[in-house]
Amino acid sequence: MNPFVYNRAADAADAVRRAAALNAKYLGGGTNLVDLMRETIERPPALVDVTGLSREIAQTPDGGLMIGAATRNTALAEHPLVRERYPLLTRAIVAGASPQIRNMATVGGNLLQRTRCVYFYDDDGARCNKRRPGEGCDAIGGFNRMHAVLGASDACIAVHPSDMCVALAALEAVVHLEGPAGARSLPLTDFHRLPGDRPDLETELAPGELITAVELPPAAVAARSAYRKVRDRASYAFALVSVAAALELEGGLVKDVRLAFGGLAHKPWRAWKAEAALRGNAASADAFAAAADAELADARPRSGNAFKVELARRTLVAVLTDLAGAVA
Amino acid sequence: MSLAEDAKQLVQGAMQGLMGKAVALAPDSWIPGGKPDPLIRHQHGHIGKPVTRIDGPLKVAGAAPFAAEFPLEGMVYAAVVHSVVARGRIAELDVTAAEAAAGVVAVMTWRNAPRLKAPPVFLSDPKAASGDNLPVMQDDEIHWNGQPIALVLAETQEQADHAKSLVRATYHAAPAVTDIEAAKAEGTKPGVFMGQPLHNKIGDAEEALAAAPVAVDATYTTPGHNHNAIELHAVTAYWRDGTLRLHDATQAVSHTAWTMAKMFGIDEKQVVVTSPFVGGGFGGKTLWQHQVLAACASQLTGRPVRLALSRESVYRMVGGRAPTEQRVALGADRDGRLKALIHRGVTPKTATNVMPEPFILPTRSAYASETMLLDVQVVELDMLANTFMRAPGESVGTFALESALDELAHALSMDPIELRLRNEPEKDPTLGLPFSSRHIDEAWRAGSERFGWSRRNRTPGATREGEWLIGVGCATATYPYYRMPGGAARLTLTRDGRASVDIAAHEMGMGTATAQTQVTAERLGLPLEAVTFNYGDSTLPGLVLAGGSQQTASIGASVIAAHRALVKELLKLAGNDSVLAGLDADEVGGHDGGLCKLDDPERCESYASILNRAGRDSVVVEAEPPMPLETQHWSMHSHGAMFCEVRVNTVTGEVRISRFLGSFDCGRILNAKTAASQFRGGIIMGLGLALMEETQFDPRKGRIMNPSLAEYHLPVHMDVPQIDVMWTDIPDPHAPMGAHGVGEIGITGTGAAVANAIFNATGKRIRDLPITLDKLL
Repeated sequence: MNPFVYNRAADAADAVRRAAALNAKYLGGGTNLVDLMRETIERPPALVDVTGLSREIAQTPDGGLMIGAATRNTALAEHPLVRERYPLLTRAIVAGASPQIRNMATVGGNLLQRTRCVYFYDDDGARCNKRRPGEGCDAIGGFNRMHAVLGASDACIAVHPSDMCVALAALEAVVHLEGPAGARSLPLTDFHRLPGDRPDLETELAPGELITAVELPPAAVAARSAYRKVRDRASYAFALVSVAAALELEGGLVKDVRLAFGGLAHKPWRAWKAEAALRGNAASADAFAAAADAELADARPRSGNAFKVELARRTLVAVLTDLAGAVA
Repeated sequence: MSLAEDAKQLVQGAMQGLMGKAVALAPDSWIPGGKPDPLIRHQHGHIGKPVTRIDGPLKVAGAAPFAAEFPLEGMVYAAVVHSVVARGRIAELDVTAAEAAAGVVAVMTWRNAPRLKAPPVFLSDPKAASGDNLPVMQDDEIHWNGQPIALVLAETQEQADHAKSLVRATYHAAPAVTDIEAAKAEGTKPGVFMGQPLHNKIGDAEEALAAAPVAVDATYTTPGHNHNAIELHAVTAYWRDGTLRLHDATQAVSHTAWTMAKMFGIDEKQVVVTSPFVGGGFGGKTLWQHQVLAACASQLTGRPVRLALSRESVYRMVGGRAPTEQRVALGADRDGRLKALIHRGVTPKTATNVMPEPFILPTRSAYASETMLLDVQVVELDMLANTFMRAPGESVGTFALESALDELAHALSMDPIELRLRNEPEKDPTLGLPFSSRHIDEAWRAGSERFGWSRRNRTPGATREGEWLIGVGCATATYPYYRMPGGAARLTLTRDGRASVDIAAHEMGMGTATAQTQVTAERLGLPLEAVTFNYGDSTLPGLVLAGGSQQTASIGASVIAAHRALVKELLKLAGNDSVLAGLDADEVGGHDGGLCKLDDPERCESYASILNRAGRDSVVVEAEPPMPLETQHWSMHSHGAMFCEVRVNTVTGEVRISRFLGSFDCGRILNAKTAASQFRGGIIMGLGLALMEETQFDPRKGRIMNPSLAEYHLPVHMDVPQIDVMWTDIPDPHAPMGAHGVGEIGITGTGAAVANAIFNATGKRIRDLPITLDKLL
């Protein structure tokens, strides 16, 4: 770990001011950033601790929720309104990490966690276009069983490791930001980037911009929702594939549906094509399979992860079948 | 209270306790015609009791000092810089920025490290402890990807860790052999283990296989595994008056002292290694470069050095289990009697160690077969030396062998337990020796009854509960009884009726100190509280490796030898005024704080009384047991019958173990509680071997890519069901206490039991470990 300056922000404006002055990174629970600093993959000259900022979970006038970015994952997962209105979010959060880590991790930090690609983590020993753009990617042709099958590039096949963000993508969450140039907001599905030829740029955050809150719009569809995570052991492992799904039926037809995948791409993957294939159609096993195929037709597996395509298809169909059964 | 009164009370105590029976002295050897250790018949004393571990309170209180917890004045803290190429020479090694960083005391590289001899490699000498024979930081040559190239020494660990990142190295890389397939294409060499070829041949097995009415023939593969003891490897090193002192985390204190002495060119006695507590060994806590580097750094800086490896550094510089590729072919008649047994394959090692993963070991004594061909071939890679890891050979060898047995049982439509029992050998098939103790049939009988084996559905893929297919499987576990030469113990008996044992043995968390305290107390006829077991110090007697599950026997035999010497000395001291006068050692035994004539419980004198009359405060004896000739006369093994129930998800291929039972035949169990934990721990490690453990060794660079507990998967709590264990408790008449060590057997057979259960659940036979869900989609 490199020496760094530590600051604690009083409020969002203070945090932005300090970060700009110190060229700092924002520190939430530190559950990922501190690890990366220990590995010298991140070498910020300064940290501005933003865990003192808003951790309020408040109802919005339209019936949604505004979640302060410093809210701990555990607090969000346990919140009665989240459990009642957005059960898939609670399930996604508790599917990740361990209780100790969830007690520390913040909502803002969760959005910014970086990939677990083993070549990304091997600062000295491997090439990685995320760490040093242009030097090459050792995951291609290496161990890539955990890696992306959707939206990847020849520069990077890493996946975003978050569970929570997969649920947020399905829930059409909005990310509120504050930066040197003022405040703005972005849909979560636009917040993370695909790797393209600049995998070092993982989000649309401008330099110095701070996540202040995540907003959940009302989502009647989420009343029937699920998060299913498939991994290599029963707990404490990143997703090979995960599915966040919400389904609303009317007269045997799909009135509304939200689907997102984790473990398949450089960002939480909203399955727009699958949703479009389902909306207004019969909720049948065949339709679910066809929807999965529509989404996964673009999949481009690598040497070690071809199974993910079939696994994603099966998991999506199983989740939708369960939800349809629960609705009926 | 005066000593005399004390003694009187002890005598009275002895008289009151005469309902019990004195324990005769154990024989001084285990050879044909000899008598067994009388302790094996002692059913009402300390032996076998579930005594809670004596070091438990210390550990719970955080008061048990581990190797990285010895505070010393002026300590410097070390961090290791590792090579990132597998072969070649260091071109540039720029340490100026690191040296200039805050708190840095020195940066040690091959340029300024003290000159040393290369270490004697494990198995090259009875006292050798090193994982390989490569020189340690003596030149610019790189032998493996991960080799230490610099050691940064600073006033704090954080300063050392930071400065380490400032060391800049470039390399003249040379061609390296890091791909097993490429190495195999160049040809293999015969494997040799402990001086013996890993090769056995009885008749023409290939011919018999071809002629057999029923046959199975398949290849099984297992990946590399890394050591992941909860306590990271660590050492605190300093020199005082020409003596090197190491507080180490080791399972070989005396071996380490000798090996370090050889390297530094000093006398063995000038190296003192202590290791009072070790947080898991499993074969990995021997001598690797870190102890040597710390000792060198202490010499270089003139200050004590603490080197606590990071998890990544453990992966880079402490060897693990090598991968294997094993062919097992079985030919049988229609009754299931084996006509041919072939177990052969390839495993990589380095040119610098002598440890091919000996996966045919369990097969040598497992089954009667008319013909047999067992063979291990090796290829040599440019990698970190592989090493011993819990049941080397048996853990992965039984996966292949016992999977194949299950495949044959399926081909024969026969109960796999019946198939195994039908092929029980009358004597060791490859050695021709009688078995010392083999009650595997009883382990199977009791285990299958407890598990409910007869209620299983024999048809694969036929039991379903929602998305989950359910199946059961079984396999034989087996591990040898070893006792290595070199044991010795000192026994001290004091006038207050207390005894202590001194032996250079080890406690890595398995309960050695507790179980051996029970044994010693039982032999001497003392309460547990009156016995102290001292260990973990190279200045104590004995060369006692805590490896090969041999420590139980080695300590046991050493204490027996010391006990005989003690009793002889006591009888001498007792003299003609004693009620024991005229008796010799074999006529008396320890009982209630003294010695009694075996067949006349009235003739007793307490230890206190004997010492008191002789005017002695204590008696100290030291003795060595005879050579382990028992293993020359008998084939000595532990066994187990392993039962597993799994659930396999039909959608995702996820596997969950829902039940596990290990039914063991390991001689007499010394402590029911610590032994059960050893069995369970082994089984848990076996579940990891079956389902998730895998070192990702990238053949392009010869580099381990998952040196972290986040990416190298071990079972978490939710992966481990309730594990039931039971044992025959039938003593081995040819072993001290009738006991076998139980540290390794639990991991054996487990992988196959899981794989066989998965077959029963799904009809899919997975022959490639770990059985991850993608293999079941």
